[in-house]
Amino acid sequence: MGLLDRMGTIVKSKMSRIMDRMEDPREVLDYSYEKQLELLQNVKRGIAEVATSKKRLELQRARLAQSAEQLEGKARDALSSGREDLARQALERKVSLQNQIEILDSQIAELDREEQKLIAVETRLSTKIETLRARKEAIKAQYSAAEAQVKVTESVTGISEELADVGLAIQRAEEKTEGMKARAAALDDLLEKGVLEDYTGGDALDRELSKVKTSSAVEAELARLRGETK
Amino acid sequence: MIIRIMGEGQYRAPDTIIEDLNAIDNRIVELVEKGDREGFRNELLRMVSLVRERCEPLDATEIVKSDLILPPPDLTFEEARGIFRGQGLIED
Repeated sequence: MGLLDRMGTIVKSKMSRIMDRMEDPREVLDYSYEKQLELLQNVKRGIAEVATSKKRLELQRARLAQSAEQLEGKARDALSSGREDLARQALERKVSLQNQIEILDSQIAELDREEQKLIAVETRLSTKIETLRARKEAIKAQYSAAEAQVKVTESVTGISEELADVGLAIQRAEEKTEGMKARAAALDDLLEKGVLEDYTGGDALDRELSKVKTSSAVEAELARLRGETK
Repeated sequence: MIIRIMGEGQYRAPDTIIEDLNAIDNRIVELVEKGDREGFRNELLRMVSLVRERCEPLDATEIVKSDLILPPPDLTFEEARGIFRGQGLIED
């Protein structure tokens, strides 16, 4: 049977570092137990962080939606006083806000998935910790009696693997959260400065394409408003 | 055998599953080499769902070592470049 390679190697190297440090499985068990408690704290912090980021993006989404609504009102006013140019400007801003809202929606969904995943990790880890606490002393006693060495090693490696896995899960969730936070901060900044239409970024082609998309969306909105104000 | 899906948990798998996993693993190595992101994503999801469908989840209270460790389903293409190389996850 073929065996685990790369991904396994990551786990293995972390595992062997723990194993190298302590040769006595009894110490490893105690160490692992403490480490797991620490990890559980980290997971809980991670969940809180993700939830906070999500909340923040949701607030931003609400703000953008509100601005979009206001812009539509302005466009309507402009149109009824015969200033189509101003109406067009307002609608352009509105469309670009709507694009931003769509992006936020997908990020909120992504954070939500991340949160669910971490909650699952937390549940699993809590159960393992509870079991480990119950088994730890028994395993240690067995080891002392030198009759269950295989079993002990199996447990220890299993625990270490779990540790490495959860550690990696948290690390990835943290990285994702950091990315979202950076994005949220950038959005805050732009909202404050009032630069609402120019945060699509991307290369020239992207900008050009989004301009085309925006202008056709603006025309559609204008036509709709015209129909309503007639 | 015991299979772990990183970040998700462990499964008790029939030994026969290794052949199917191996086939997907080889395809992923090829796709990663070719730079085919979409193909890679599809195959990775297939690999993970194969385990989810054909294997029995291990009780969270069991503490055992895995025989095979699969990467998380949301592995990025960049991360995959570092993992799916040469012989892939499973050596032939």
